[in-house]
Amino acid sequence: MTPATLTAQTVASPHAHGGNSVSRTMFRVQLALLPATLYGFWLYGWPAFFLWALTILSCVAFEVLSLKLMGTPRVKATLFDGSAVLTGWLLAMTLPPWAPWWVAVVGGFIAIVIGKQVFGGLGQNVFNPAMVARVALLVSFPLPLTLWVAPLPMSTLPTPDFVSSLRIFLTSLPVPDAMTSATLLGHAKTELARGIDLATALHAGPDLSWIGMRAGSFGESAAILILCGGLYLLITRVITWHAPLAVLAGVAIPAAIAHAVDPGRFLSAEAHLLSGALMLGAFFIATDYVTSPNTTTGQIIFGLGIGLLTWVIRSFGGYPEGVAFAVLLMNAMTPVIDRFCKPRILGRDRKGKPLDIPENA
Amino acid sequence: MGFMNLFKHFLGDDWGVHPDDRKRPAADRPLRVMPVPEKLYLPLQQHLGGPARPVVLVGQQVKKGELIAEAQGMISAPIHAPTSGTIAAVTDITAPHPSGLTLPAIILAADGRDEWIDCQGCADPFALDPVEIGKRVAAAGVVGLGGAAFPSAVKLTGAARSKVKTLVINGGECEPYLSCDDRQMRDRAADIVDGIRIMLHATGAREALVGIEDNKPEAIVAMQAAAAAVPEVHIRPVPARYPMGSEKQLVQVLTGKEVAAESRTFDIGIVVHNVGTALAVRAAIRDGRPLISRVVTVNGNCANDPGNVEVLVGTLAEEVIAFAGGLKGDGIGLARRVMGGPMMGMQIPHWRVPVVKGTSGILAFDAQEVAAQEPDPCIRCGSCVKACPMGLLPLEMSARIRNSAYDEAVGIGLKDCIACGCCAYVCPSKIPLVQYFVHAKGELAAQDRNKLRNDATKKLAQQRQERLDREAREKAEAAAKRKAEREAAAAAKAAAEAAAKQATETEGESA
Repeated sequence: MTPATLTAQTVASPHAHGGNSVSRTMFRVQLALLPATLYGFWLYGWPAFFLWALTILSCVAFEVLSLKLMGTPRVKATLFDGSAVLTGWLLAMTLPPWAPWWVAVVGGFIAIVIGKQVFGGLGQNVFNPAMVARVALLVSFPLPLTLWVAPLPMSTLPTPDFVSSLRIFLTSLPVPDAMTSATLLGHAKTELARGIDLATALHAGPDLSWIGMRAGSFGESAAILILCGGLYLLITRVITWHAPLAVLAGVAIPAAIAHAVDPGRFLSAEAHLLSGALMLGAFFIATDYVTSPNTTTGQIIFGLGIGLLTWVIRSFGGYPEGVAFAVLLMNAMTPVIDRFCKPRILGRDRKGKPLDIPENA
Repeated sequence: MGFMNLFKHFLGDDWGVHPDDRKRPAADRPLRVMPVPEKLYLPLQQHLGGPARPVVLVGQQVKKGELIAEAQGMISAPIHAPTSGTIAAVTDITAPHPSGLTLPAIILAADGRDEWIDCQGCADPFALDPVEIGKRVAAAGVVGLGGAAFPSAVKLTGAARSKVKTLVINGGECEPYLSCDDRQMRDRAADIVDGIRIMLHATGAREALVGIEDNKPEAIVAMQAAAAAVPEVHIRPVPARYPMGSEKQLVQVLTGKEVAAESRTFDIGIVVHNVGTALAVRAAIRDGRPLISRVVTVNGNCANDPGNVEVLVGTLAEEVIAFAGGLKGDGIGLARRVMGGPMMGMQIPHWRVPVVKGTSGILAFDAQEVAAQEPDPCIRCGSCVKACPMGLLPLEMSARIRNSAYDEAVGIGLKDCIACGCCAYVCPSKIPLVQYFVHAKGELAAQDRNKLRNDATKKLAQQRQERLDREAREKAEAAAKRKAEREAAAAAKAAAEAAAKQATETEGESA
């Protein structure tokens, strides 16, 4: 009997733990993002790598700064939970691959300071920090945020080497026209605005691609790899199927109906599913614990809402892409959904009244 | 993680948790019977309900099985001497409770002869009146041996009165590490089935469903063999999942019926007893022997030789551990002492705490098993919501309790919490959720007590005021009455005088 064990603080049961931890969860999500990320490096070269690294770095730096300013005693423990890294990583995935360095820094500031720490830190934020930063950047700096580089393997120009990549990243040189390309959603929106029928517009437009051979944000285009990451998260029980499937259904169902009614005006369900940040949003953003509902019913409503709003924004809104806006809108709905979607308590009905006792049971 | 579990997980049918059960090798070790220790410490409160009242004097000689403290109140249980000897003291000892507070107890010094009192057994319990069985079980001090230690006789007679149809026998033993029920089902299956038949007779139930988790195949085989010739006893393997041994969950899995909130299993025609209780009931009826010993699992990474030990109630945990092989390195590396199971058992401050009737395990955990860690902030992952077998929102309840909004916590189901610990077990942030709930329940109980006291004070004050008012009123009335009387008397006197005067005058006139 050592003195240390004698003075051990008394705690309530349970005296065992399943072994799950915040850092393990965050690590698994990062692991799930890895395939699409590595593939993104191959697609977009060194500038994309610099963007990714600096976004994460600035998120971590702003996290440290916020914690120091607030005088939190657990700076190291908070950093090692991996949430700031994950926020930065997700933000980087949604940025144009050749965005300049200051986009990463400003994005990191908005995500961590305004999106998260102002609300009280991990677990307290109402909106998904990465999406807050994405939307704030898009609204504030539309030009660099809509400059899409075609995947390098598709390009006829030589791939920039390390030094020239650094120059592209740090000096925000104009990207040669030959390297840029429109996204499918952007192309469709422009052509529709010019009064051109989608059937003719898409004939010459960008193709759909499961493997990311299309213009788009750094980490959002390789649908198949994002799907693999999502499956990994499902199997390791980090996420459940409810929210992702609801997001995909929320887009696909209205898209399919509208496309069947007027194919000249509305994109097909497949085009919607494989465009923009939809896959990434479904598996990695809509499943964010902090900003989504707690119950499975709530998650289905939340996901359907994101999907439907995304389709509405894409089809009728001013922006070609709408996932980030849809996510933020539904984030705001989360407390309401949580208020109305509660699990049924055993022995009570949905309203919380005790069940009737059957006669002659 | 089996395929079926994964499948159920996707369907959302995923209440409870699947902890590593850690039951073996302790469960496979043969039962050891511990010899009588020198001294036994018998708390007067070993059960739910009122504490027992001592009926012996210090220095008195008692025999094994002799009544030493009688039941007090409707829900209570008597206590019997676990061995023969002398009553050494009736004093306060450290209670088997996390607070480390004391509790009155009888201390019995064994004389080593272990001499039984005359026991009145019964060769044919089925000829006995069910009410008589209830009385004998009550007199034998039998309580639920699953852990809650609710007096069994109250349940037996209550069940008979409510005309229950099904007796559910809990052989789930869903707590990790514990194997005392498993061991007894393997070793004494025939006696358990006999006990179940006596319970069926006592309750008037038509059939008994014995739920045993499928991680105990040996126990299932033994019980099936024992029950083969008894058509009214059905052995039902149930999936291993914590908290399968919780009354409401086991009833739902075995019968498909849901126990309504704020009511009891009686109301749907079911009564639940533990397998160990069936043995105790059998001993009480067949042999007339009171409950004075039980099987305890000694386990945990720090235990040298984990296994099950039959010990007398009142034996100190220290001596049980010493008998069961002691601790590794004499207790170096010991991080936590637990009585009961790891999920719902309680931490005890030191080992000099006695085994009571409800003690199912003595666990010596090292730091790795306890995995104590400073909690991180809640990330609202909802793991606790998925794990909660009652369908509650632990994260919401704890957030409200942290702000002392206890009434709001009750509004979202705090009173339905069974403190099973699933939420805290799965919490990635290691938030001590059960601690919050226990704290809130304590605060609410204190508030209720305060309210009762205030109401009582108010009532007394009101009664006093009423009494004072009444007295004043009565006084005033009496005074008024006296005044009226005085006035009436004076008036009468005046009238008489006047009449007399008049009379003299008339007399004078006439004269």
